[in-house]
Amino acid sequence: MKITLSWLKEFLETDANIATVTNTLTAIGLEVESVHNPAANLESFTVAYILEAVQHPNADKLRVCKVASGQEELQIVCGAENARAGIYVVLAPVGSVIPNGGMKIKQSSIRGVESQGMLCSAEELALGLASEGIIELPATDKDIGRRYVDVAGLNDPVIEIAITPNRGDCLGVYGIARDLAAAGIGKLKPIAISEIKGAGKSPIAVEIKNTQACSLFLGRYFRGVKNTASPAWLKQRLQSIGVNPISALVDITNYIMFSYGRPLHVYDADKLQGSLVVRNAKEGEKFKALDHKEHTLNASVPVITDGTEVQAIAGIIGGEKSGCSQTTKNVFLEIALFDPIMVAKAGRTLDIITDSRYRFERQVDPNFLVGAMAIASHLILEICGGEASEIIQSGDHNFKLRTVAFHPTAVESLTGMDVDPTRVNKILEALGFKYNGSEVVVPSWRPDIEGEADMVEEVARIIGYDHVPAVSLRYVAPRAILPEKERRKEIARQVLAGYGMLECITWSFMPANEAKRFSELKEGLRLLNPISNDLGYMRPSILPHLLSAVVRNVSRGHQDLALFEIGPVYHDVGIDAQEIMAGLIRSGKAVARNVHESERMIDIFDIKADVLGVLKACGIESDALRIERKVPSYYHPGRSGALLLGKTILAYFGQIHPLVTKAYGISVPVVGAEIMFNRIPLAKNTSSSRKALVFSDYQHSVRDFAFIIDEKIAVDDIIRSVKKIDKEKIQEVNLFDVYQGKHTEATKKSVAISVRIQASDHTLTEAELDAISKQVVETVGKLGGIQR
Amino acid sequence: MQIHELTIAEQEALNSISAAKQLSVLDDVRVAYLGKKGQISLYLQTLGTLPPEERKAFGAAVNSVKERLTIALDKRKEVLEAEALNAALIQEELDITFPIRSRPLGYIHPVSRVIQECTSILSAMGFEVKEGPEIEDDFHNFTALNVPQDHPARQMQDTFYLNAKDHHDKPLLLRTHTSSVQIRSMIGNKPPFKFITTGRVYRSDYDVTHTPMFHQIEGVYIDKRIHMGHLKGCLNEFLRQFFELDTVPLRFRPSFFPFTEPSAEVDIGCARTKERVVIGAGSDWLEILGCGMVHPSVLKNIDVDPEEYQGFAFGVGVERLAMLKYGAPDLRAFFESDIRWLSHYGFTLSMIGGGK
Repeated sequence: MKITLSWLKEFLETDANIATVTNTLTAIGLEVESVHNPAANLESFTVAYILEAVQHPNADKLRVCKVASGQEELQIVCGAENARAGIYVVLAPVGSVIPNGGMKIKQSSIRGVESQGMLCSAEELALGLASEGIIELPATDKDIGRRYVDVAGLNDPVIEIAITPNRGDCLGVYGIARDLAAAGIGKLKPIAISEIKGAGKSPIAVEIKNTQACSLFLGRYFRGVKNTASPAWLKQRLQSIGVNPISALVDITNYIMFSYGRPLHVYDADKLQGSLVVRNAKEGEKFKALDHKEHTLNASVPVITDGTEVQAIAGIIGGEKSGCSQTTKNVFLEIALFDPIMVAKAGRTLDIITDSRYRFERQVDPNFLVGAMAIASHLILEICGGEASEIIQSGDHNFKLRTVAFHPTAVESLTGMDVDPTRVNKILEALGFKYNGSEVVVPSWRPDIEGEADMVEEVARIIGYDHVPAVSLRYVAPRAILPEKERRKEIARQVLAGYGMLECITWSFMPANEAKRFSELKEGLRLLNPISNDLGYMRPSILPHLLSAVVRNVSRGHQDLALFEIGPVYHDVGIDAQEIMAGLIRSGKAVARNVHESERMIDIFDIKADVLGVLKACGIESDALRIERKVPSYYHPGRSGALLLGKTILAYFGQIHPLVTKAYGISVPVVGAEIMFNRIPLAKNTSSSRKALVFSDYQHSVRDFAFIIDEKIAVDDIIRSVKKIDKEKIQEVNLFDVYQGKHTEATKKSVAISVRIQASDHTLTEAELDAISKQVVETVGKLGGIQR
Repeated sequence: MQIHELTIAEQEALNSISAAKQLSVLDDVRVAYLGKKGQISLYLQTLGTLPPEERKAFGAAVNSVKERLTIALDKRKEVLEAEALNAALIQEELDITFPIRSRPLGYIHPVSRVIQECTSILSAMGFEVKEGPEIEDDFHNFTALNVPQDHPARQMQDTFYLNAKDHHDKPLLLRTHTSSVQIRSMIGNKPPFKFITTGRVYRSDYDVTHTPMFHQIEGVYIDKRIHMGHLKGCLNEFLRQFFELDTVPLRFRPSFFPFTEPSAEVDIGCARTKERVVIGAGSDWLEILGCGMVHPSVLKNIDVDPEEYQGFAFGVGVERLAMLKYGAPDLRAFFESDIRWLSHYGFTLSMIGGGK
């Protein structure tokens, strides 16, 4: 909403300067977004008069003008077609800067003719208005030499205000003036326009067929008007907020809309075929609106017709056909009350944005139809002449004022501000409320006021939130900063960042055709209205986005990547179906070429370490986990595994299936993992989750064993069975070599392990150690292993 | 006579000791003087030939010479050994300007970091963390929060809807704020309520300053006598700690949200330089969050009596906080997984320790 200081002063008696006005506006909830004074960069421009204009000797399109600047006679070369003797113009003297483009005016020679300044168009002055040729001012000789901004009344700051959607009453300058008056910035001038007595009946009647869309319709017929250009004051009002003047009738309706937040419409009565009917459009009905576009309507759009065709979309836009032009002689004025929801819906469906729609959507004052009629009638008769008919009315004037319970102590209770009741009374009165000490009557222009809390806000905002005292909260910290479930995610972040991985955050949605590679599609996980198809399906895994991230980073020359993300994934439809996953990707080299050691490509044991590290930090020891080859199809079938706790799969890890990496166009090796956080059992109580530590100070021994064994036997099976021999004394079993080649049979491998043995109560004797070693050999023997 | 010779011998020995440049030479000196047939040892053998009255004094003199030489030999040996070790170590010298063995540091995303910071500040102020689903129903995301049926926020151009319906045959949606989690946490429970919710939220908007997914932190505190003054106190303290300032200039402006009444937007004092916005100084204001007193209709919707209970709520965008505090200029870069950005704006490890 744009207003100007002078427009505001039309309704508000005040001496306040621009800074006070804007600061107060923001403080009372009418947030000032910008203040712009168009005069700011036009100060050096003056009014001049063309004494003579002759053809340039060397250029067809240029004229050489003799110009009176008030001080001297200047010679100026001008290219505008309308540059001619006898007009008052805007002079940019030598040394001034043209606002549009920033050109500095210098004394120069144009095609051999001296030019001492420039005559300006509205466009060059960046006035935001369309222009043809140079500005022709309606000035007099007395104005020559005066500042252009003073003559044109441009020294008028424009204030742009963000009006919240509950404050439809402030979509007119008058409503803003009322709020400012309540805040002590001046005195609101009453709207004192007497009704005009009409002469004769309107030849055009109105019938409301859809009373839900339109509850009340006032109309008036004006005979014999002259739709001239608007007077200067009216043009200037509209121009000052960037609205182009069109014709007196249209400008009057705009002026009333911007002044009072009250949209109205004028029809060229001679273009109407008959009386007006408010009804819903027919499905597919066509309508050419004032925006010069043809709109196809549907049955939910309320329209105004003349019995034969649509002449306006209710509350949104008028029709091109019955629009007023300079030849309009008889005019029909519409002031109606349209339903905000129906206007909003129609506007959205048709995608038409107008100032009228904007105001109806936010509710106009249902008690300001007669008043607006009086103001409009006065202006039309004054500017356009003619004769007004009696007012016709369709629908009922059945608006009732509402009351809301309110006690001044509520202000203190909700805001902590101690307020004097007489101050409260004064504020409420200034805002138009009628208050009897326990109830307020809500003014018709404030449909947003529903209860006591709203009244508290009214009082508090006018006094100013600055006066709310800041009170410290009493701190009683909760038992733990994070619930266990949330803490897991933080643990994983720390562990993975500690392992050198970079945390990413990617969209929760992804292309459905890409998701298909990772999961069976479910219709219920499709967005009905995605930003684009690329963001149209709820992701079943984090890996696809990380793979895309690999692609992007590789294309920038970074191949050795370690990325992770912790976030939601969706396998099933519904509110409870969300799972929290950590997705991990490593690609390229684990060890890059360097001076200390040989380079190495990433492999699945790197990512397995990441996963086991996270699980261990979350309280799951790797000994408690089983490993199985039960993985989704986007993993390499031979180089991937699932980690299970009992029957629950906690994580997958492995090389990404070559077909998948190929589909992404990735040629470096990629391993990935997924950890399902929801499935990790919660520790019952973190403070007591550790067993007492038992350790032995007696001497330990390490014995090495090597076995020839079938290549199909998993190393983990050997290690686990050895550990099982004596859980107390066998403390560690480490695999230190696996060999398969010339020295082993075709289907066999050599496996070397070291076993650390220690007792808690004595140093083991040679005999005891031998006995355990014998058991190790026997146990592995049961798996088919023969000691080398 | 013999004493004189002994003194000369000692002096010669000491000279040889300090002249010795190698351990082997030093050992030769030792043998020459203190060995079985060494010069000094030989004096002891001549003791028997001396008259008894001289024997004692001369013996003592020889022994003390022997002792002094032994000490001198040991000292010299130590010096030569140290020199030898030094010489050997110098041979082992490495080029210490070599690059290190790779030990990459990982980085935590600035969004996670800001959530950690806010959580720890607000937790210390007594707010508990609650979490909840991102796919929501109409009731928890809109109706319970007093958003009217025809409110623009419910429209397809603002909210993402899924091709699935809830129990009331309304389409499921992606939560547009974490307030839905507040509703879930409050409904069926009795006040006081004092918690925060954090996480991803979704709105259908994609341009330079909006992404279809972003993060929020929202707080709610409902008890019997909680008013706007407490809200002010709470936000003062929260933002002061978050921006690491002694005092934080805040401006509360009246505003409008369906779920709060009175409502306010909060601006933070700042100075705008060409490169960035400096929080806490200067004469400009920057909008940072929305807040207000929980609307009585919201309380009724969760079966809390607004006559008895009241309280405040606030919500703030995490990315916005991250941009302001850490100067990351481009919102869209937050979600692009560019490792150059992640390692520049990310954080290593522990939040409390700082980390870069």
